[in-house]
Amino acid sequence: MTKRFALGIFDDEDVLLHAVENVREAGVKIYEVFTPFPIHGIDDAMGIERSRLPIAAFFFGLTGLAFALWLQIYTLGFDWPMIIGGKPHIALPAFIPVAFELTVLFCCHGMVITFYAISKLYPRWKTPVLDVRSTDDKFVMAIEVNENTDMNKLTQILRENGASEVNQKEMSKF
Amino acid sequence: MATLTHQESVTAEYLEVTPGARKTFMLIIIAGVAVLILGVILSMLGIGSHHEAAEGAAAAHGAAAAHGGAEHHGSAPWLKRIIISLWHNNVFFTGVSAIGTVFMAIQYVAYAGWSVVVKRINEALSAWLIPGLVIMLVAFGLNFLNHDLFHWTLPGIMEKGNANYDAIVAGKSGFLNIPFYLIRTVLYLGLWIFFTKRLRDLSLAEDLQGGTTFFHKSINVSAAFLVVYAVTSSMAAWDWVMSVDVHWFSTMFGWYVFASWWVSGIAAVTLCAILLKQAGYLPLLKPDHLHDLGKFMFGFSIFWTYVWFSQFMLIWYANLPEEAVYFNQRLGGFNGQYTWLFFANLAINFVFPFLVMMTRDAKRQMIMLKIVSIAILVGHWSDFYLMFMPGTMKGDNGFIIEIGIALIFLGCFLILMTKRLAQASLTPVHHPFLDESVHHTT
Repeated sequence: MTKRFALGIFDDEDVLLHAVENVREAGVKIYEVFTPFPIHGIDDAMGIERSRLPIAAFFFGLTGLAFALWLQIYTLGFDWPMIIGGKPHIALPAFIPVAFELTVLFCCHGMVITFYAISKLYPRWKTPVLDVRSTDDKFVMAIEVNENTDMNKLTQILRENGASEVNQKEMSKF
Repeated sequence: MATLTHQESVTAEYLEVTPGARKTFMLIIIAGVAVLILGVILSMLGIGSHHEAAEGAAAAHGAAAAHGGAEHHGSAPWLKRIIISLWHNNVFFTGVSAIGTVFMAIQYVAYAGWSVVVKRINEALSAWLIPGLVIMLVAFGLNFLNHDLFHWTLPGIMEKGNANYDAIVAGKSGFLNIPFYLIRTVLYLGLWIFFTKRLRDLSLAEDLQGGTTFFHKSINVSAAFLVVYAVTSSMAAWDWVMSVDVHWFSTMFGWYVFASWWVSGIAAVTLCAILLKQAGYLPLLKPDHLHDLGKFMFGFSIFWTYVWFSQFMLIWYANLPEEAVYFNQRLGGFNGQYTWLFFANLAINFVFPFLVMMTRDAKRQMIMLKIVSIAILVGHWSDFYLMFMPGTMKGDNGFIIEIGIALIFLGCFLILMTKRLAQASLTPVHHPFLDESVHHTT
């Protein structure tokens, strides 16, 4: 599906941050903002909801903990009991390092995979770049437009809020 | 550095210690004295302590080391408890107090901007160091009444042929002798006091004159202090805490004690910041700053547990008698007197902060932070209790005298801290990173 975007190019992150607030106040829906580096406060300005990734992380961690405890208690306690260092078969303090490591392992990998999945990042995915300068020194505000959009008005809003140029671009991958 | 909006005008604001607040501090002290007197009376009547555990103590002591006869009898239980409690509380409060300077020094060295709005609280926290040194020396002197606190100060314990001779303690005489011990204690606290004073002076001069000179000087002082503190805090932990269990040793101990002090210090700063905010001060303190303090509390509770467990697991697994005696005493020793506290210690210092502070919202809410920081302070006070009591009081430990003395310490600590807080503006108005701190977002 092809989408059309109006791109407001900004030279400064402070200008961009205020522009985001003002453009949203003017009733224009911002599709996405592309910046060379993370900008503090832009999530709030764009009204992006907080990610629920931490909740997923908690359950991944819990899974890892449960798996580690099950693995050690089952193998060392029931399946093939062995006396190690004169300790009981199920020696919980000795299991804690492994339980900790597997909690962290499951948590990290689970989070990374979940993050890739929800961001639709997977192998062979070509990342659409609306303006290559957003990887260098420009800040790009993308606004989805269609044939009903009043381009003059939109350009004017962007210009008034400090955009150095306003371009249009079509993208087929979105 | 991006400034999101123009610099807001920041004006100095001074804490006014109201007569009501002063009354509260005095009430804490009076309550402490009352509890202390009650505890002494109960102890004299023989209520609330466990004399029947004497055999357990003797057994544990026998396991500890080859002790050359001459069973040593200390002071009357109440006096013994007062001396040990004085030492216990002073080590806890002095350590927490030093964290004020340590935290500030780390922020300086890291060029951290966010913490500028709570910097004055850190400075005020260190006000206890000077009385800490005095009480440390007084309590060490009281130890010589009957050698209740430090077994190794017993006369003749390091002389071959003496009835008190103990070969293991004699082997440590090069380090653990009274003159060198006193020199070290004065040196640690002297150095901490010196660097605290230096940073405080620079900070106050900056308030008056502004500019970045004082900031750069503070960084140099902080860097030097951190090196000094890294060595001295670890050695202070051996001297002040580990030498109580003189036959025993642990290479993790310096870290363990430091972790306990550190997380308590951060809890104290957080609690103080919240109380000031709720009293209408610190208008620049936002949930974002509390969020970062909350992260520190959460993270270093886990760090403390990590160090605690590293020490425990190695000793438990190797099961060497000379090492395991420490946990024998605490887990099931003396008729299981310390067992509940041993597990309660883990619950309050690890499980509780870990589960409660896990979410972002909890770290940003004052009420949650308040509950957790109080829990951490109480928890680490009991952590130190658990470090001192089994080695000194054996089975005769109690809580009433100890809580009484803790309340007296708390009252005095708060009086000194608020006094120092009131001496300077609560916001360091000319700190170069103040603007960054004001616009801090997390």
